[in-house]
Amino acid sequence: MESASAKPDDRLLERLRSGDEQAFTQLVEEWSPMLMRLALAHVPSRAVAEEAVQDTWVAVLHGIDRFEGRSSLRTWVISILLNKSRTQGERERRILPFSLLRRREEEGRDEPSVPPDRFQGRRGEAPGQWARPPLEWASPEETLASDATRSALLEAIAALPPRQRDVITMRDVLGLSSEEVRNALEVSETNQRVLLHRARSKVRAALEEHFESEAA
Amino acid sequence: MSTPTARAPEISCKQLVELVTEYLEGTMPAGERARFEGHLEACDGCSTYVEQMRETISALGHIPPESLSAGAERSLLDAFRGWRSDQARP
Repeated sequence: MESASAKPDDRLLERLRSGDEQAFTQLVEEWSPMLMRLALAHVPSRAVAEEAVQDTWVAVLHGIDRFEGRSSLRTWVISILLNKSRTQGERERRILPFSLLRRREEEGRDEPSVPPDRFQGRRGEAPGQWARPPLEWASPEETLASDATRSALLEAIAALPPRQRDVITMRDVLGLSSEEVRNALEVSETNQRVLLHRARSKVRAALEEHFESEAA
Repeated sequence: MSTPTARAPEISCKQLVELVTEYLEGTMPAGERARFEGHLEACDGCSTYVEQMRETISALGHIPPESLSAGAERSLLDAFRGWRSDQARP
């Protein structure tokens, strides 16, 4: 029987701390694709993303003796990457006033998921019901996995405020749990869900626009 | 597009679209969930909307991973070896 404290992380940590090269390369191979995806949500190019991922691993090595295991090892590595790529991204873009504006916007819970004019107004026959309902998407299986759809998705993610970008990338692109996302971003459960909802709503709207323009 | 059956208090389509994530995350209280599903059964527009949210999530899950270049992996290995020999020094 293993004791409750012997989480899978503990063995890995011990191997890393003792300088086990195989443990390190295995971890780099397993987690770097996820880190690259997250970094790319913030920085303008692959080269800069690679730099952020490399910096992250070096920071992990130098910080590993101080890591106390209050979150999982993976969550800790992710939060280091997020810090690196956010700083990196801001340095590259230098749009501070703009990003402050975005931050205010992303906190706004009043931001509607669907433009209000798609619903019937107070004087309509049935106020609050669809005036212009969404039209079903054709053959979703192939269309949703196509290259054009993928570019539309990545573009839509890039246009989101930074924290919405992080949440949707971690949850829906990388398939992390809401708990991991909460820990990596240090947000409450409700806040995580609100950010995810805003992000998904906007990405759905972008896909709708993409399919409509393709059909036209 | 049909009118959802009268059940008090009703959710409008405009309200429903704000609740989709709570619904899909399974964090919605049972009573509200029943009303949400009642609305879906009666409303084509909202059924399509929720279906599109599911399709969006599934499409996001198909974005392929982005790997580190071989060069970057090699220089990380060098960084690791450097770190290890620093550690070994008393």
